[in-house]
Amino acid sequence: MGNSCAVIGVGQTQYKTKRLDVSMAGLLREAARRALDDAGLTWRDIDAIVVGKAPDLFEGVVMPEVFLADALGAAGKPLIRVHTAGSVGGSTAIVAANLVRSGVHDRVLTLAWEKQSESNATWALTVNSPFTTSLVVGAGGYFAPHIRAYIRKSGAPEHIGHLVAVKDRENALRNPYAHLKIPGISREMVESTPMLWEPIRYLDTCPSSDGACAMVLASEDAAKKAPGKPAWVQATSMRSEPMTFSGRDNVSPQAGKDCAADVYKQAGIADPRRELDCAEVYVPFSWYEPMWLENLGFCGEGEGWKLTESGATAFDGDTPWNPSGGVLSSNPIGASGMIRFAEAAMQVSDRAGEHQVDGARRALGHAYGGGAQFYAMWIVGSEKP
Amino acid sequence: MREVAVVAFTQSEHSGEDQGLLETEILAPVIGEIKERTGLTRFGFTCSGSCDYLQGAPFAFVSALDTVGAWPPISESHVEMDGAWALYEAWVKLQIGEIDTALVYGFGKSTQNDIRAIFTQQHDPYYLAPLGVDNVSLAALQARAYMDESGVKEDDLRAVAARSRAAGRGNPFALDLPDPADGAGYDVAPLREHDVAPLTDGAAAIVLAAGDKARELCERPAWITGIDHRVEPHSPGARDLTRSESTRIAGEKAGAAGVEIAELYAQFSHEELILREALGLGDDVTVNPSGGALAANPLMAGGLIRIGEAASRIHDGTAARTLGHASSGPCLQQNLVCVMSGEK
Repeated sequence: MGNSCAVIGVGQTQYKTKRLDVSMAGLLREAARRALDDAGLTWRDIDAIVVGKAPDLFEGVVMPEVFLADALGAAGKPLIRVHTAGSVGGSTAIVAANLVRSGVHDRVLTLAWEKQSESNATWALTVNSPFTTSLVVGAGGYFAPHIRAYIRKSGAPEHIGHLVAVKDRENALRNPYAHLKIPGISREMVESTPMLWEPIRYLDTCPSSDGACAMVLASEDAAKKAPGKPAWVQATSMRSEPMTFSGRDNVSPQAGKDCAADVYKQAGIADPRRELDCAEVYVPFSWYEPMWLENLGFCGEGEGWKLTESGATAFDGDTPWNPSGGVLSSNPIGASGMIRFAEAAMQVSDRAGEHQVDGARRALGHAYGGGAQFYAMWIVGSEKP
Repeated sequence: MREVAVVAFTQSEHSGEDQGLLETEILAPVIGEIKERTGLTRFGFTCSGSCDYLQGAPFAFVSALDTVGAWPPISESHVEMDGAWALYEAWVKLQIGEIDTALVYGFGKSTQNDIRAIFTQQHDPYYLAPLGVDNVSLAALQARAYMDESGVKEDDLRAVAARSRAAGRGNPFALDLPDPADGAGYDVAPLREHDVAPLTDGAAAIVLAAGDKARELCERPAWITGIDHRVEPHSPGARDLTRSESTRIAGEKAGAAGVEIAELYAQFSHEELILREALGLGDDVTVNPSGGALAANPLMAGGLIRIGEAASRIHDGTAARTLGHASSGPCLQQNLVCVMSGEK
């Protein structure tokens, strides 16, 4: 149900530790201009703006969309700010897609960003409110025990995470916007880096990046006029579950399974591994690839690590995951989910350049956030649903 | 567009003093009540509005979600804005036609904060925030500009405050504030203490429903006949502070003409006057019968409450066509207008 919606423009910034050459406004302009150029549009053509980022403490500005309204070209237009923790880049894109699918607007500009160099994300994630679970020390401190639980439960050998760390960084070498480019990266190199949160070593984790991602979403009529090939939104879904209760499966959360089942159903997909040509999945710690392979139904429980080890998820594997280099190579937190969604769209509209997966016609974009409790996913394809 | 209505509205008994409750404890009874009133425990979509800086920690909405109950997992989203924009997101989602109900809520605890210091950090961090100008001072600049332009006097502002406070005393959920005192001092001139909304803790929830589901859940649904929101440039020097262009556009798009009652989210007396002009509200329109923000101002719920109050006048049959308004940013930078009708 609903009207058709397509991605007709994508814009990304260079991702790096510090973008001292631009303000937050400048960073967003860079991504937005590239997306508008890609769509063959100007600011005037845009009906509404949907923007997303992770907690305001990351930059120290309360509700920063207010000061960014001018830079976003939003004056006189509707502007919404979405915040769903780490999944926000994905949910922001979905809110923007809903504005088109509902028939409310024809062309919506959506952006997500983080300029982490303006604050300290690990500090911001460590502050906790009374009577709620502390994230201990940043996100790694929270997720490490769940990774350890996965290893114990699945019987995975200890090197699996390192394989993902190498694979995604090798993919990043093909992506002009990627933050971490480590020529000659190897398993030995990953294994020699310091242990941060056992079992997560330094190179098993994502960098802190400045960066922004933008997309122009359009109705069917508007998409017909676009200069490039549209990426059609075939399915979208969001799911949330509470952070803490005794019956919760932290290793493979139900909300992730439900969200995946929902997008597969909408897109008519029975076997995601076979029917999806590639996937951009939110993997901020290397071990989350095998964990999400299982959670997303690409294989059975306990089988994810075997799939990773077999090379199935490599660039030339049968189900490439994160051909862009993924979150492990670039992580402007609030934007990371939207980058996954945008990269999926790039793959099915032949925009991915050197990291283009041959013949990609249908792709998954995935984001998660909070205590692995918020999920946003979409499936995009070269065919209109 | 698809028929969508406000079918239920609940709010906390707002407090001007810290009652020792967490944000989630303020919210929990409101959610419990709206579930009981509608008989719904699961919704097609859930969306909320809050602001982390009020809690002083990231992810205020995460603990709220635990309060609301999200098991089995729910379809859910959040705006770091007033809950009125969460309502807009839910309304858009309902328009697609895949779901029939949505739960929307907003909450904020102001009394434990230095709100002025916090909202100084809302301004442009490179140019404006370092000046240390707070939201009340900026509002005072706007009030001065508006008074110079319109000829409105301080007594006119006082009349707005007096009417709002009197109405608030008749509203069991608003604060019990006295008439403006004769010798009330300036907060930031020309705004006196009563011209500035009080610090308030509170929460609110609304259930939206589409078509027959709305008729089933509510005897007289408040059908949303128009909803729109617009933003303006941020810098106070980049716009005409004496008028609210974004409200004017949103009001036109939402069809504000002909409403009987308007609930305006005016956090300062002069804002009500600017908003009335922007929406073209004549003297025959009853403004803020609830008392408005000058009688109770739970941040991040204040705009949602205006929509809820405006809907309530339709639910109880006292009006056929009403308007709820929400605002965000300094000097009315961003505005939302929701027009509702008892008839479809």
